[in-house]
Amino acid sequence: MNGNGASRKKPRVAIFELASCAGCQLQILNCEDEIPELLGLIEFAYFKEAMTETSDVYDIALIEGSVTRASDEEKLRTIRERAAIVATLGACAFPVGIPGLKNIQDLEDVERAVYGNQADLFPSQAAKPVDAVIPVDLHILGCPIHKDEFVRVLSALLVGKRPPVPTYPVCVECRLKENTCAYDRGLVCLGPITRAGCGAICPSYGSRCFGCRGLADDPNIPSIENLLEENGLTQADVMAEYVLYNAHNALQPGGLEKGVAR
Amino acid sequence: MSKGTTVAVNVDYVSRVEGHGNITVTADNGELVDVKFEVTEPPRFFEGMLRGRPYDQAPLVTSRICGICSNGHVLASLTAMENALEVTPSDQTTLLRRLLMHGETIQSHVLHAYFLVAPDFLDVGSVIPLAATHPDVVKRALRMKKLGNDICDVVGGRSVHQIAAVVGGFTHLPTREELLGLRRRLDDAGADLQATVELFASLTMPEYERPTEYLSLKSGATYAYFGDLILSSNGDITPVRHYREKVKERIVEHSSAKHCDSNEGSFMVGALARFNNGHSNLSDGAKAAAGAMGLSAPCTNTFMNTVAQVVETAHCVEDSIAIIDQLVEVGIEQERPDVTPREGRGVGAVEVPRGTLYHEYGVDRRGLITDVNLIIPTGQNLNNLEQDMRALAPTVLPQGGAQAQKAMEMLVRAYDPCISCSTHVIELDARGKEVRR
Repeated sequence: MNGNGASRKKPRVAIFELASCAGCQLQILNCEDEIPELLGLIEFAYFKEAMTETSDVYDIALIEGSVTRASDEEKLRTIRERAAIVATLGACAFPVGIPGLKNIQDLEDVERAVYGNQADLFPSQAAKPVDAVIPVDLHILGCPIHKDEFVRVLSALLVGKRPPVPTYPVCVECRLKENTCAYDRGLVCLGPITRAGCGAICPSYGSRCFGCRGLADDPNIPSIENLLEENGLTQADVMAEYVLYNAHNALQPGGLEKGVAR
Repeated sequence: MSKGTTVAVNVDYVSRVEGHGNITVTADNGELVDVKFEVTEPPRFFEGMLRGRPYDQAPLVTSRICGICSNGHVLASLTAMENALEVTPSDQTTLLRRLLMHGETIQSHVLHAYFLVAPDFLDVGSVIPLAATHPDVVKRALRMKKLGNDICDVVGGRSVHQIAAVVGGFTHLPTREELLGLRRRLDDAGADLQATVELFASLTMPEYERPTEYLSLKSGATYAYFGDLILSSNGDITPVRHYREKVKERIVEHSSAKHCDSNEGSFMVGALARFNNGHSNLSDGAKAAAGAMGLSAPCTNTFMNTVAQVVETAHCVEDSIAIIDQLVEVGIEQERPDVTPREGRGVGAVEVPRGTLYHEYGVDRRGLITDVNLIIPTGQNLNNLEQDMRALAPTVLPQGGAQAQKAMEMLVRAYDPCISCSTHVIELDARGKEVRR
């Protein structure tokens, strides 16, 4: 992937879709200003939504969507063997996103209906992030991915670099934008614990953070605990929001606590 | 499969459509035996996932059914939820929502017409080689698509999974300057629209006719993207709240998306249906575009759906200008959504790029969702698509495998199917078996 000699072959990029809304692939097509230049730098080997030709030879695989079927896992293992770099595209692929909501629904149903048989029933249905099946080199986060971030990450990969990922939470970006805190507007917001990089776009448009980018490395647990206490909220109020995008993590042993409490 | 039966066309994973669908045409000594459009997308569980969640998350979650029509889902969801909660949106909110829908329609139609359909007529596998051979065309398409997306950015905060439109109104409003900036670009889009009309007028659509029923929303004397009535091309009118009487879902074995029938059997929704039912209410420029491309109502050539999309693109550009003028003249009011949860039930329908989208919700007195029903345009069209495949097959099979395959793929693409969207509704029980109702 290094070197930039003119005679060098263009890196080949393949885009695969698992259970998702295809919105992150659409975000790639939405890079209207960059597409002409992009096509000069890379070659698409597989992009079913946009092209008929297909190829099994590629350097970079971008994977959109959650794993929901056994056949998805086989597909992922094949992709991992073929690609030098595997990156996830969007929240469904990591941390699991909206498809994970059914895990919670199923869990409740299963718990009511069948005791003790979870091992047989649950894995066939629960949505999983891609890195629960194969090693992943990097995550392009968001629901949907941000166009600028996609271009930045791809540009870095093309010159053999790994793009820096913020370790701090969305709150930091939100404060820089001088937004009124969502808690002061009477809302539950996951900004204190969610990984930044989105520019706090949702709070900036009058909404709140739903946690689509997953947990930050350095979540501000004291901050969210204070905010909860000040606003008469409980951990359950935060969890109800947290599972929207992070059901996979929330259902792991200790995952419930990991997000919002020490 | 009987002896002597051969598979005449077999496309595993049709490209340049959204999602995963397969075409199978079986013939016996040149005689058509069967056609199938198989949908093999992983089923998703949106109706189940929403049960017990607060009312205001319905638009957020349902927009994730489909990235391409995410704003359409938001708007259908908001309309249904406001009907359930007896909330009446302000005039400003209604105008901004119409503008948001136009932005999505423009970007979706341009993407389909230029990137997904046009390559078939130029004998290339995708738009990518066209970037080298027809750079002006590709740049024009990108410019028009970007305009649609930028409308969504200004109104909703971003084009895929917008943020600002919520139950009761908007959490963030565009400024006068932003709206005027869009207006200038919409004005400038005239030349691109004209060139687009000329391009599609120069493409010869396959000759094909099959009368069917066309359904679309109706709202007074407007070219309706929102409305409380369902209009049939046979003249029947059904209130949207009684949509289940008109649009009946059923499960078929070869598709993880349900099929739909009306009382008359298969029917079509989408740009061609809207054009056939509402052409007299199009903007002047859109009417002229239809004339220039040889589209006149009633048109029963499914392939002309793409041409109808180009006509609608012109309409959406002109209507967006009219909406912005109205908003700027009155001035943007700083309104805040004000909603009190209550028990109720509501249905909402919106014309999204691919046809009529229905959302229905029940909510309890705390505002928690009790049940959900969603009917997606592509699901409504699947039965009609198979009827079209059946009618088209005998005329294209004699041309041989490759030609027949291309004709079938072009037919599928004409519907602009959104397959991910259509597979949301199959519910599986705890053992992974389909729940049949």
